Amino acid sequence: MAEAPRITLELTVNGAPRRVATLPGARLLDLLRGMDLTGVKEGCGEGECGACAVLLDGRLVNSCLVPAAQAQGSTVLTIEGAAADRELAAAQRGLLDRAGVQCGICTPGVVLAAGALLKRIPDPDEEEIRGALAGNLCRCTGYVGIVAGVRAAARELRGGPSAGGGA
Amino acid sequence: MPLRIGDPSPRPDAWAKLSGKARYVDDLRPEGLLHGATIRSPLPRGRLRGLRLDPAFAWSDVVVAGPADIPGRNLIPLLDEDQPALAADLINHAEEPLLLLAHADPATLERARRAVAVDLDPLPPLLDLRAAMAAAAAGEPAVHPRGAVLKEIAIAKGDPGAVWADAPLLVESEVETGAQEQLYLEPQGMIAWADARSVTVIGSLQCPYYVQHGLCAVFGLPPEQVRVIQAVTGGGFGGKEEYPTLLAVHAALLARKAGCPVKMVYDRAEDMAATTKRHPSLTRSRAAFDSDGRLLALDVDFNLDAGAYTTLSPVVLSRGALHASGPYRCGHVRIRARAWATNTPPHGAFRGFGAPQSCFAIERLMDLAAARLGMDPAELRRRNLLRRGDTTATGQVMREEIDLEGLLDMALAESGYAARRAACAAANTAAGPEDPRRGVGLAVFMHGAGFTGSGEKRLASRAALELGCDGVVRVLAASTEIGQGAATVFQQIVGQALGVDAACVLVEPPDTDRVPDSGPTVASRTTMVVGHLLEGAARSLRAALSADGLPAAAPAADVAEALARRGAARGPERWSEAYAHPDWVVWDEERYQGDAYPTFAWAAYVAQVAVDPLTGEAAVEDFTAVQDIGRVVNPALAAGQVEGGVAQGIGYALMEEVQWREGRMANNRLSTYIIPTAADLPGIRARFRETPGGYGPEGAKGLGELPLDGTAPAVLAALDMATGTRFRRLPVLPEEILPRLAGGEPGDG
Repeated sequence: MAEAPRITLELTVNGAPRRVATLPGARLLDLLRGMDLTGVKEGCGEGECGACAVLLDGRLVNSCLVPAAQAQGSTVLTIEGAAADRELAAAQRGLLDRAGVQCGICTPGVVLAAGALLKRIPDPDEEEIRGALAGNLCRCTGYVGIVAGVRAAARELRGGPSAGGGA
Repeated sequence: MPLRIGDPSPRPDAWAKLSGKARYVDDLRPEGLLHGATIRSPLPRGRLRGLRLDPAFAWSDVVVAGPADIPGRNLIPLLDEDQPALAADLINHAEEPLLLLAHADPATLERARRAVAVDLDPLPPLLDLRAAMAAAAAGEPAVHPRGAVLKEIAIAKGDPGAVWADAPLLVESEVETGAQEQLYLEPQGMIAWADARSVTVIGSLQCPYYVQHGLCAVFGLPPEQVRVIQAVTGGGFGGKEEYPTLLAVHAALLARKAGCPVKMVYDRAEDMAATTKRHPSLTRSRAAFDSDGRLLALDVDFNLDAGAYTTLSPVVLSRGALHASGPYRCGHVRIRARAWATNTPPHGAFRGFGAPQSCFAIERLMDLAAARLGMDPAELRRRNLLRRGDTTATGQVMREEIDLEGLLDMALAESGYAARRAACAAANTAAGPEDPRRGVGLAVFMHGAGFTGSGEKRLASRAALELGCDGVVRVLAASTEIGQGAATVFQQIVGQALGVDAACVLVEPPDTDRVPDSGPTVASRTTMVVGHLLEGAARSLRAALSADGLPAAAPAADVAEALARRGAARGPERWSEAYAHPDWVVWDEERYQGDAYPTFAWAAYVAQVAVDPLTGEAAVEDFTAVQDIGRVVNPALAAGQVEGGVAQGIGYALMEEVQWREGRMANNRLSTYIIPTAADLPGIRARFRETPGGYGPEGAKGLGELPLDGTAPAVLAALDMATGTRFRRLPVLPEEILPRLAGGEPGDG
């Protein structure tokens, strides 16, 4: 059987310029996982669970719904690049300190969604946090540890006591 | 800092998960990998005439494996041997696997899948519990060779028949619960390597030795030639208890035929349509009370829809039956429990394992009785709670220290139950047509920890510690970390017994070539049963260090040094521990009499709901979960278990409806099967009392399943109050609530 023709995309992923070949019908999710960025998870393939969330030119997207070709010339941030991002790194620490991680499949998407929220609203209230995470399904935590983790991250970013302290 | 039981120790696996480095099965790509797919039955029942491979398709590079490629027996051995690995003749449920395909390119594989036509002669199916019961009543033939009922259990205590006639109050109720999808966020997945002499699989699973057992039967190999490794697993909740055996068998059949590794990872739609769910139930019950609200007699007829094959239904039924009388004292009890064969995919293990269905029934009955007596539901329960020395329906004497009244009081106080109920009642009276209606409800319940009856004795679990040459102590147990925190808890238990910090204790991912059989990771048994074994092994290792000259009160650094010295000199060296059944736990499986569980965890939950009178939508706005699980090994993880369990229970109560069409889940997508999001849930107040009594480390009991048992009944009780009616079926969706608010449908019994 004839191989389908491939297209070549140029984009910046986690700060590094990349040139990658992919199938025309590929999703951004496939493109990233194909680059061994397997922290981007597939939970449903229809944009409902948020496990595949990434930042595309700073905007939170479900990478299962974005055609890979759309990422041409854009900047993508995945969980693998979180440590170098101020808000994402704070969200990671907050979730770590507040037991916001259990099975871990939703965790990368939650970190991305939380980071995107903190970039937009540095001081979110509970309703804003819950609203911002409503696109990230978690079956393990009941969201309690996750919400507390995001609140702790916001406090840390505002220069308050670190994520480990306070209620 | 030395590890300690009772500390909120951080998870050793958290950072790998937070940074995206944790490798789940779909993240693994061995060299030469093929992808596998499954051809399934489109109909719920029939006789297979044949499978037609479209001659226009290029099949030459597609690996095809069918029943004829099975070297051993074509069955999945569980409690029975009625389920084939691949159906070859009779088809008993929709989505039943018939043929397997593999190809290196997923897109070609998908085209191949579509090029297979299933030819079958349909047979009349039984598609739900009521249909199965009606068919049996009408004398129609059963759809299963064992008969209409795959398992029946009878429990008898006293003589309820003598009580009914003179009882001041009789209440009767019929309640139903629907199927529920486990919805682990990581779908089922497995990679297999196989040749004529061996099979190796790595996958997302809860029970490595169940998978090994199944592979041995299908491939005709001894256990030492079958290796099962657990990958990082993205949730299970029971859904990865029995099903992964079937998936491992399928992947291995393809791998053996192909001569290269085969990965099978279900997409969400296939996972939801083809794999197990919580058993639907129908419970008819009757109770007699005296005028003070004391429970005199109880008669429960408990029915589960087993689906097409026996799988684990007999033990799910057993746990349901053993929880059917709730945490209440009653002199005269009759429980009849039956698991019915139908033509849906087999229903299976899901956190709670039969108890959520029967706890729902007894708690609905208690609420009904309270309403009839004009008594507060909390007060009615208080008058009937089990106390030390009481006997359960199976005649089990409550030897352990229990203080259910104290537990109930704590839940009432923590939730502000009385004040909330009064405030909701007043607000409902004054409410305008567009104002929300509110209610507060309660459930009191328990969950037996560990396997039922003599189950733990049969399992005869083993666990071990290995001191490596590097001085690190490795925990070797078949218990899987599936998100619940087993690895953290094991690390703490071993760390405390040795007096070392986290760097000295490594919990290995289970690999049947390395770890002894510690039994399955189910039944709220891991901390209590396997934790206890590891504690024993750690004490033996510590005694060996003492014999080496290490003082009893040595600081952590000295213990680490002693481990390093001994490891370098003698490692690797193992300390093993085998399960010893407490001789006072005596169970009669034939008569269903005696100690059903060595111990129980107890709980009292309070929910407040608000109902929007315009949309009929109900939201839980406050939730208090108080439980006694004995010693809490890790309070942060324990709270996480409760919070997550309550969230699943709220979904079970108000959102999660499996819609069946011709025996198939019609809403097998996350856009149509709705689970709670962060925006749907309140903060959840998880509180613990620590009454000693468990036989786990420092008196720990089981926790994992408990929260599923009582959440839904508490939510429905609150919904009753908010609407002034009575709900008797789970889940309750807005379309059922709205007519109640309009006064169109009165509450029923």
